[in-house]
Amino acid sequence: MNKEWPLYEVFIRSKNGLEHRHVGSLHAADDQMALENARDVYTRRQEGVSIWVVESSQITASNPENQGELFEPAADKVYRHPTFYNLPDEVDHM
Amino acid sequence: MTIKSLEQQFQDRIDAGERIEAKDWMPEKYRKTHIRQISQHAHSEIVGMLPEGNWITRAPSLRRKVGLLAKVQDEAGHGLYLYSAAETLGISRDELFDQLHTGKAKYSSIFNYPTLTWADIGAIGWLVDGAAIINQVMLTRTSYGPYARAMVRICKEESFHQRQGYEIMLGLSKGTPEQKEMAQDALNRFWWPSLMMFGPRDEESPNTEQSVKWKIKRKTNDELRQEFVDITVPQAEILGLTIPDPDLKWNEERGHYDFGEIDWDEFWQVVKGNGPCNKERLGARVKAWDEGAWVREAAIAYSDRRSRSQGDEASRNQGVSAAV
Ligand SMILES: [Fe+2]
Ligand SMILES: [Fe+2]
Ligand SMILES: [Fe+2]
Repeated sequence: MNKEWPLYEVFIRSKNGLEHRHVGSLHAADDQMALENARDVYTRRQEGVSIWVVESSQITASNPENQGELFEPAADKVYRHPTFYNLPDEVDHM
Repeated sequence: MTIKSLEQQFQDRIDAGERIEAKDWMPEKYRKTHIRQISQHAHSEIVGMLPEGNWITRAPSLRRKVGLLAKVQDEAGHGLYLYSAAETLGISRDELFDQLHTGKAKYSSIFNYPTLTWADIGAIGWLVDGAAIINQVMLTRTSYGPYARAMVRICKEESFHQRQGYEIMLGLSKGTPEQKEMAQDALNRFWWPSLMMFGPRDEESPNTEQSVKWKIKRKTNDELRQEFVDITVPQAEILGLTIPDPDLKWNEERGHYDFGEIDWDEFWQVVKGNGPCNKERLGARVKAWDEGAWVREAAIAYSDRRSRSQGDEASRNQGVSAAV
């Protein structure tokens, strides 16, 4: 029987106060092994204080081919930005 | 290891400026205080949409309408960031909503005042978001990581809210005498409730000492209130409007504005549920929740059915979901 180990995505929190960030992926037979392998591969130089692993197949990702229509609605909404509003110089830092 | 030494270690971490994360050990009271504070903040963002939403369909121009719409939409997002931060502490979204709907949880008393004229939308953006920003900027450095990170996102979005409101006030106060009067009237009604947003005086705020010790708050209510007054008075001068406080004057010696006494009876009345709009606001939230029940149920039913189905049916359903 030849079953390939599933792929896991690895997220590391470099220090408390910061969010976990995606650092890469690895193969492992189960969650626990993924965590241990992530420790060995991605935090050998104390890069982190916390690790998340999640099977890649569990991630739902947007399709790059739909990128245009997915993000287009935000493109013409300049009024969501502070610079759209005209204020006198004295309060322009607001 | 004894509990006491755990608590001491925790305090040492806080004192060293370390952030606390969801899975870290924390005193039960730290957890409870955060659930209360973060959810109260989340509820305020959501209930805060109501007084402003009241004017979306009556905004005086398309420019004003899209600005207000975008702001109210942001507030919904702020509510979501904060509810999610509260959930990291082991309370569910449904429990949080239930606390709001049953009146167990509070939200900022400012949203229990009505928005009577269009100028109120200007006053809210300028003063209410202005006061919120002062509090929230402090909270970007609060000791609980998920709360602090939510605050960073929120603060980035708030600047536009305040500018949107100030631009409205500017337009009105440079407009016709009637428009200027409308702006002044809005300032008159929103000034004192805005000062109340910072909460009771330090002497009357029993939680402040512990909150400061745990770096949940890094400044006291009175310090934040003073900061708000000092920043806002010159902004009112630029508008040519008068702040409704005869005792307001610059104190050269202190380097701050002195200001009059807040009507604390009114504050406590509104907190206790007797403000002009408490019933209306809560009623609107409960109604939205109840009337949205079928949507939540339908979405779950659809999801259940889809995960049960196999092969052909699964792919057919995928076609359906892509088309929706
Ligand atoms: Fe807010
Ligand atoms: Fe907000
Ligand atoms: Fe806001």
